[in-house]
Amino acid sequence: MGFQAWRAMVRKDLLLFFTDRRAVIMSFAAPIAIASFFGFIFSGNQNTEKARVPVRVVDQDSSVVSKAIVQGLAADKTLEVSGGTVEESRDAVRRGKTTVAVVVPAGFGDAAGRAFFGGAAKPQLQLLYDPSHATELAMVRGILTEHVMQAVSAEMFGGDQGRRLSQQSLEELKSPGAMPEGDRRALVDMLGAVNRWYERDKASPVPGASPAARGLAMPYTTHEEAMTVRTGVPYNGFAHSFAGMGVQFLLFACIDLAIGMLLERQQGLWKRLRAAPLSRGLLLAGKGTSGALIALMSLGATFAFGMAVFRIRIEGSVIAFLAVCVATAVMASSFGLLIAALGKTPQATRGVAILAVLLMVMLGGAWVPAFVFPAWLQKVTLAIPARWAVDGLDATTWRGASLPATLPTIGVLLAFASLFGTLAVARFRWEE
Amino acid sequence: MPPVLDARTLRKSFGAIPAVSDVSFTVDPGELVGLLGPNGAGKSTTVGMIAGIVAPDAGEVRINGQALQGDTDPAKAAIGLVPQDLALFDELPARENLRFFGSLYGLAGAKLDATIASGLEFVGLADRARDKVKTFSGGMKRRLNLAAGLLHDPQLVLLDEPTVGIDPQSRNAIFDNLEALRARGKSIVYTTHYMEEAERLCDRIVIVDHGKVIANDTVRGLYGLLPASRRLTVELRGNKQADSGLAEATRALPAVASAEVADGVLSVALDDLAAGAPGVLSLLQQRGVAYDHVVSERGDLETVFLTLTGRTLRD
Repeated sequence: MGFQAWRAMVRKDLLLFFTDRRAVIMSFAAPIAIASFFGFIFSGNQNTEKARVPVRVVDQDSSVVSKAIVQGLAADKTLEVSGGTVEESRDAVRRGKTTVAVVVPAGFGDAAGRAFFGGAAKPQLQLLYDPSHATELAMVRGILTEHVMQAVSAEMFGGDQGRRLSQQSLEELKSPGAMPEGDRRALVDMLGAVNRWYERDKASPVPGASPAARGLAMPYTTHEEAMTVRTGVPYNGFAHSFAGMGVQFLLFACIDLAIGMLLERQQGLWKRLRAAPLSRGLLLAGKGTSGALIALMSLGATFAFGMAVFRIRIEGSVIAFLAVCVATAVMASSFGLLIAALGKTPQATRGVAILAVLLMVMLGGAWVPAFVFPAWLQKVTLAIPARWAVDGLDATTWRGASLPATLPTIGVLLAFASLFGTLAVARFRWEE
Repeated sequence: MPPVLDARTLRKSFGAIPAVSDVSFTVDPGELVGLLGPNGAGKSTTVGMIAGIVAPDAGEVRINGQALQGDTDPAKAAIGLVPQDLALFDELPARENLRFFGSLYGLAGAKLDATIASGLEFVGLADRARDKVKTFSGGMKRRLNLAAGLLHDPQLVLLDEPTVGIDPQSRNAIFDNLEALRARGKSIVYTTHYMEEAERLCDRIVIVDHGKVIANDTVRGLYGLLPASRRLTVELRGNKQADSGLAEATRALPAVASAEVADGVLSVALDDLAAGAPGVLSLLQQRGVAYDHVVSERGDLETVFLTLTGRTLRD
């Protein structure tokens, strides 16, 4: 009788689930839609062009140096450069249309050149920025430094402005007393050598050499290699977003399980269940099984979509992936039972349960990977089951973890399931 | 032969609040016993203890002479509970509801299908088998609620306020169902606070108040608890305070158990209506007391409850 009753309870819950259109949408369509969205945002999809940072450059100098800076910035693939007046730029930044505006003041080229060789006062570039885009400001500052150094040094080591300035500086240095004698002689020698370099360059120009090629350049290049499971297997950020959203909506499905139990209690259905000659364990096991099956179906459908559309692949052990899914579903189902055990009314419980799940998935790294958290928070989140679920799914998909390597994660998820289940049995209100 | 149900000195408190203090009664095979009492008297808690869903603090429930023990006691299969709430899944068809509840008692396959069909037939819902419960009227839900408690053919049926909130037609249909069950030899405990239902249906009535049994008898036996079986009410005309000796003179008449005048109404309790009423009316004529309206009433369970507790059932 026990098995038959258990099977009847599971069947009934599945029937009820599939007759509830809202629950089906929440369990299947919603995680796919949101995971796809998060995937597009965070995955760094290799095939799509990244958004450029909108930057305005106001060139009030119009010197060779400032024009070279504007040209360099415009050629940068990470920036979308436009012009305008200072006021227009200030307004655009204020309205959020532009992230940073760079104002190159009149006389910047000359002043920068003088500062480049000697102790002259450094001219100031004005940066007007959107305070909500601090990260982009740092990036623009770095790119600007590169292009300013390149433009100024190129002009100083080969341009007319640089030649004029070095000769002028050389004349000024001939009069003693400008600086200590030793320093003066060293600087005179250096500027003399620079002038000879100019004459040599003028006498036999290198074909195709640009002014920039004469200036300072980055003295290194980088080779970046994403460390995925194998060479040639690219990182697929959708794997993480689908894991995160899959776990989130699986937990939401289990809130529905809990609320359903509370509603059944409210409607007197549990009186009828309890009147049958069935053990309490069997009654909860029936509920737990249907909850786990629904959770598993939700997670399975989410990943099936991700695999079909976004090419998420299980690069590790398939058995480990399935085991993580099952362990996660069982954990979520027992979490639902615990909510039902602790909850009083369906209305009051729903709000608290949703808050608990949102906190759990946020701290579990379902929205953004846990490695971006501060170190102390990363340690704290080890106590959050969603963290283990998301990490386990990440590990078995793009990180390519094997079954033995995944066993600890599976064990922890099942331990959480046991804890929640035990608490649920202990705290469940069997009498009205 | 032991009674089908033997509830012995049941007690149950929820925290510091006693719900049932001392309830004992038996139900014999084929007997329909009413559990009558006001709201909060402890009827539902008593039914819960009999059904095995509420653990008594003291006392025991015996089914066919065997003490009911634990959640999985097979003796629970001899009990069919029809809870006060409409314990049904609104989103499932009637047939799926019954399939689920039948499966809880081990019914399966063709036997379950046949039981579902006869159950729906019994409560007059065979033509609505495929319809979702949410499309049913309140009365239809009540009938399906009854059918769900009968699927496993229990020997003892516990009905907790089965007619709450339904129309007279559905109520009569449920009464017909109960008569049919009794005719099949089922034992029934019928919990209600409607005295007319208890009076109409029950072979015996257990009156419960404040968690205690205060009377346990047939309807006729309960009426025997009344000081008088008939009441004569006379609405007086004119100066209602004029005849101060009227009540005393009435009490002196033969067959009069008691009499009092209040708010212009003479209320007389009679042991025998035919013997007492003419004397009362003659007395009024002799004393020149005019009246507008005369009503005679038989004593009812409300009166019995009032007599036993000093309160009405709906207090």
